[in-house]
Amino acid sequence: MTTQLRTEPITVNLGPQHPSTHGVFRMRVTFDGEEIVDVEPIFGYLHRGSEKLAEERTYVQVVTLTDRMDYVGSMLNNQAYMLSVEKLCSIKPSPRGVWLRMIAAELQRIASHLVAVGFLIQDLGAWGTPLIYTMREREKILDLFEMLCGARITNSYLRPGGVFMDAPEEFWPAMDKLLDELPARLDELDELLTANEIIFSRTKGVSVLTPEQMINASITGPMLRAAGVDWDLRHRDPYDFYDQVSFERPLHHAGDNFARYWVRIQEMRESIKIIRQCERLIEPGPVRPHHDDVPWLVRPPVGDAYAAIEHSKGELGFYLVSDGSISPYRCHVRAPSLINLTLLRDMLVGELLADMFVSFGSVDINMGEVDR
Amino acid sequence: MSKTWQGHALAGAIRRIYPDATLDSSDSDVWISPDNIPTVMQLLRDDHQFRFDLLSSVTAVDLISHFEVVYHLTSLPRNATAVIKSKCGFGRESPEIPSVVDIWRGAELQEREIWDLMGIIFQGHPNHKRIMLWEGFPGHPLRKDFATYEQSIVDDDQLRIPESVSEEYESRNTD
Repeated sequence: MTTQLRTEPITVNLGPQHPSTHGVFRMRVTFDGEEIVDVEPIFGYLHRGSEKLAEERTYVQVVTLTDRMDYVGSMLNNQAYMLSVEKLCSIKPSPRGVWLRMIAAELQRIASHLVAVGFLIQDLGAWGTPLIYTMREREKILDLFEMLCGARITNSYLRPGGVFMDAPEEFWPAMDKLLDELPARLDELDELLTANEIIFSRTKGVSVLTPEQMINASITGPMLRAAGVDWDLRHRDPYDFYDQVSFERPLHHAGDNFARYWVRIQEMRESIKIIRQCERLIEPGPVRPHHDDVPWLVRPPVGDAYAAIEHSKGELGFYLVSDGSISPYRCHVRAPSLINLTLLRDMLVGELLADMFVSFGSVDINMGEVDR
Repeated sequence: MSKTWQGHALAGAIRRIYPDATLDSSDSDVWISPDNIPTVMQLLRDDHQFRFDLLSSVTAVDLISHFEVVYHLTSLPRNATAVIKSKCGFGRESPEIPSVVDIWRGAELQEREIWDLMGIIFQGHPNHKRIMLWEGFPGHPLRKDFATYEQSIVDDDQLRIPESVSEEYESRNTD
């Protein structure tokens, strides 16, 4: 005769100060033994009111606010914001500026995915080594950003119509060196992690989400592609010059934690391909339109515009409303980090305590963007 | 390349099924009254000619005389986008609009954010609570009549730094 061991549910508060919550995220989790029975996410610990602050700044000054939203994807945030401003003012960007910001954006995507993968493996319990490997590569990309614009994280590199400064001479050989090294480093990660027995058993089949669920919950980006949905705005709705470069969209069918990890590793390889093509296609010329055409103090006509890009975390969009003055009347951010957390409860309920932070890490959120 | 639904064309297509559903349309947008939001959104998601299965973004704008809720829709199978707008809250007293969480779960956190920062009530939302700010926060900051700190410090004595604190600060600086 077997006797069932009775357990009682216990509610645990996690965060906001917790090393595994990728910032200041807080969850109220109810466990039954080791199993998760309920999750309630609590937001707002990093809310700085960016959207309100934008209403009192000029269009170019708002760029500094976008840097601080997703602070591991600043260049991509700049790009999304600038596309929206350009759409609002009908600015035709200068080609060299566009190529430079595409290079910056793809470098930033690699940096962002490296952070995502490093911390995901850290959450799995592999303390130190994989994270240091990924952060080492990210550091080299940040050095390239320092050459481009003088800043490493809060870049503010883009301006309406292009970028504010051309890349220095020494940037190109330095980037070539990085692009030559990077594939070998990714292979190293593959050897260490992707074919690792422990990572297989810990991530495969955990927190599975179906494509239908995710599309209905507005989840985009690597999470959606990890369930086999071929949806990438760079391909489906090409902005900048993405229609002139060719790249693959890595897809995985499983929709579990491993698929989300795998898609990010593959996307880094595609980004390298895109940068190589940009390097070949870029031509000399001005990096932004002449001052008379696009002044620093942009004054758009009355109206509204929404432009979205494929951010490293999903669809990042800026919705700007103009009343004809020098600052936006309303600046809304469609933040992928926040919206990708819609299904957090569905992902976690029924899973085990040890898998909780792995699943959470596989969403790849950034609190600066969740709370804004 | 993705297709952007022209506002007049989308309004025409909706009117063929629900003749009175649309209020107005422009080159890019369609205006729908708040009462019709659930039926029209259900149609836009399920009808074979639209199939907007992904709700990109929900947001709201304070236009002083009223509020405008803006929906950006995306269709994955049709590779198309569209913009739907709805005016509510004339007179600024408790603006209300039906929630679309039943149609797209993606609206859940975004509608909570609009309620928190703009103060628009979403009828039928399963978890209608503040998201960024704490319960009991006075007002909704993204409204145009919300006093910012700089404005309020001039005419509101309560927000000035108490004297004892400033004295303590000064004494610390002089040491």
